[in-house]
Amino acid sequence: MAISFLQKHKVIERNVMLLMVFALLVVAVGGIVEIAPLFWIKETVPKVDGVRPYTPLELAGRNIYIREGCSLCHSQMIRPFRDEVERYGHYSLASESMYDHPFLWGSERTGPDLARVGGRYSDEWHRQHLTDPRSVVPESIMPGYAFLADRNLELPHIDRDLMALRDVGVPYSDDDVKKAVADVLTQGDFSDGDKAELAKRYPGAQSRDYDGNPGRLTEMDALIAYLQMLGTQVDFKKAAARETAK
Amino acid sequence: MNRGDNAFQGVDLDDVVTRAGGWLLLIFLCVSAAGFAADTGFAVHMMICAAAATIAAFYTLRQVGREPEAARPDRYYDDVIRWGVIATVFWGVAGFLVGILIASQLSWPIFNLGLEYTSFGRLRPLHTSAVIFAFGGNALIATSFYVVQRTCRARLFAPALARFVFWGYQLFIVLAATGYMMGITEGREYAEPEWYVDIWLTIVWVSYLVVFVGTIVKRSEPHIYVANWFYLGFIITVAMLHLVNNISVPPSWLGSKSYSAFSGVQDALTQWWYGHNAVGFFLTAGFLGMMYYFVPKQAERPIYSYRLSIVHFWSLIFLYIWAGPHHLHYTALPDWAQTLGMVFSVMLWMPSWGGMINGLMTLNGAWDKIRTDPIIRMMVFALAFYGMSTFEGPMMSVKSVNSLSHYTNWTIGHVHSGALGWNGMITFGAIYYMTPRLWGRERLYSLRMVNWHFWCATLGIVLYASSMWVAGITQGLMWREYGEDGYLVYSFAEVVAALHPYYVIRTAGGLLYFAGAIFMVWNVWMTIAGKLRDEAPMTTAAFDPAKDRPVVPARTAAPVPLAAE
Repeated sequence: MAISFLQKHKVIERNVMLLMVFALLVVAVGGIVEIAPLFWIKETVPKVDGVRPYTPLELAGRNIYIREGCSLCHSQMIRPFRDEVERYGHYSLASESMYDHPFLWGSERTGPDLARVGGRYSDEWHRQHLTDPRSVVPESIMPGYAFLADRNLELPHIDRDLMALRDVGVPYSDDDVKKAVADVLTQGDFSDGDKAELAKRYPGAQSRDYDGNPGRLTEMDALIAYLQMLGTQVDFKKAAARETAK
Repeated sequence: MNRGDNAFQGVDLDDVVTRAGGWLLLIFLCVSAAGFAADTGFAVHMMICAAAATIAAFYTLRQVGREPEAARPDRYYDDVIRWGVIATVFWGVAGFLVGILIASQLSWPIFNLGLEYTSFGRLRPLHTSAVIFAFGGNALIATSFYVVQRTCRARLFAPALARFVFWGYQLFIVLAATGYMMGITEGREYAEPEWYVDIWLTIVWVSYLVVFVGTIVKRSEPHIYVANWFYLGFIITVAMLHLVNNISVPPSWLGSKSYSAFSGVQDALTQWWYGHNAVGFFLTAGFLGMMYYFVPKQAERPIYSYRLSIVHFWSLIFLYIWAGPHHLHYTALPDWAQTLGMVFSVMLWMPSWGGMINGLMTLNGAWDKIRTDPIIRMMVFALAFYGMSTFEGPMMSVKSVNSLSHYTNWTIGHVHSGALGWNGMITFGAIYYMTPRLWGRERLYSLRMVNWHFWCATLGIVLYASSMWVAGITQGLMWREYGEDGYLVYSFAEVVAALHPYYVIRTAGGLLYFAGAIFMVWNVWMTIAGKLRDEAPMTTAAFDPAKDRPVVPARTAAPVPLAAE
């Protein structure tokens, strides 16, 4: 039997097209079985109240987070273990990253997890920590990001970013796209925009001067705005137990 | 096909003018794109492309009035391989240096230099891409062109296209690297380059496939040697992974930013399906192709088992693809996918060891060579480390082990025992094998120096891997340590402080590995220069340049005494 198998295999060894086609078929299987169902099995991302798309300012902050490679040292995925839940908060839910293009779960914890860092520290703490990490955490090995506070946030085309995200499935409304630039200024407390109206379209969005420098809207404003909203969308206290004892 | 041979060499003036015109048009388009760019990074990249097109136009025009180089169907086409060897050595040194820099940054943050361009977050992808795609990629392209010609006894198909593959790939590396430093990244590990660089790589990669398959098609040997199956599997699978994982939408066609088509859970699994198989196919299947040619040649023995090579080829490429979810254990990825990932990762142990056994057993009857031949020693060491890291990998993919190891430096240690031990050492072995043959030298400048390289690298790996194992387990245990009072014992910052000594040892290990690479630079340099070091002789595989020739009238050749069958 073994001999005939080897004989048959000789056909493939002498025909490069057959070899290519077979190889491609063989390597395609795993991905099809594992990845494709994630798009149509509904329970993959159960619906949870409170999760909303990023405001334009938070999105800009998120893009800075990606640009600086923050996710290479900081995960955003709390695993369901006692120590992690006590250290970082409720374990991460699939729906909490449903609008994350790309996902930023990370693979290393050279620094702590940031999935629920929002609201944990003051804006002032973040500002100092980002400018000079060792001034607030002496053991830290994080690089400093002082330059963020010196750089104006320039987003003349943030509406295009919202449109691109809408193309890949984030439910931004026409209104959101139209007001994108104005929303950035409103949330950063850099204009007299209607903060209540912003919070109506983006529930829970906090509008203020994040970087402590009201005269400028900087990249520091955007990054802190993003950090301060991380993990704050779902209200875990509100959740009721699904099963009750009789 | 002959047209391809002469495409860049002809003195046909019309042809030269047409091609130069094409390059000039490209320069114009790039400069215009730079002018209308939505962001500075994109403008810089378009100017780099314009500069590359200018160099191409210059070399095209320089051919005017020159005698066309005679096509030599009785010789292998080795120019592009010689460049590839030099590029591999160059990018290797560059990648190791950046590695040492970022290791130092974790030991002493002052090495971030206070500049945004040199902060850890921007240099880390520079390091990983430089060693995987620049060093490893050039090694794969160069060795695959070397191996496919010699095992097919045929001159490379379309040399002009092969030159495009080489230079196009270097442009990809330059765009990716400069992009990282400017903060242009998709934020996906090992797939950081942005959409336009991805499109460029796709063009280069398809050309690579055409050159490789074209050479196999015009082979003089009826049988396709096993090394070529692995190279082919690697090229095809990387194309598939690259295309699917990089689907994204740019807000502007003249800007460097794009948003992934997938989000959250789906994005995570697509990325790690890609990420794990970048390891599985780029760093494993491709390098196994290298192993299947260079180990038997250096040992001067046929490969151990033909049947094992068939079984482990198909099972390796089938099983590897499933293993991605083990990067996402205990995350929000559905449990069924995690379990599948774990089960297939454990099964993957077997075909991996099939490859190791086939390589190691090839030395049957020639084991004494590892005492006398430093090149085969390097290759055997590579296989041993391949075996170790492909045991460690399945172990770490078991969920209960992963609950400790995930997010820690254990992962970093695991990756580097594979990368430094397996990929690095087998590449060094291949470079030492090819260099004297490609430049027509009697032997390497110094075999003793290969020995020094071997010991520096080995010591470096030991320091690196052991310090990261200890660091990883320390981290994992400290994070989950509870006191008798029922509270967590350590703050996160205390764990960071505890890792300092291991980070320092790791940096020292990296420096040793780098020192070994410097010996290689010297050795390769002097070999190319045609020097021979006066030293007590050591043995290496014999080489007969007269036999290193393609078979000219195709398909009538006598069988070649090569491995397999």
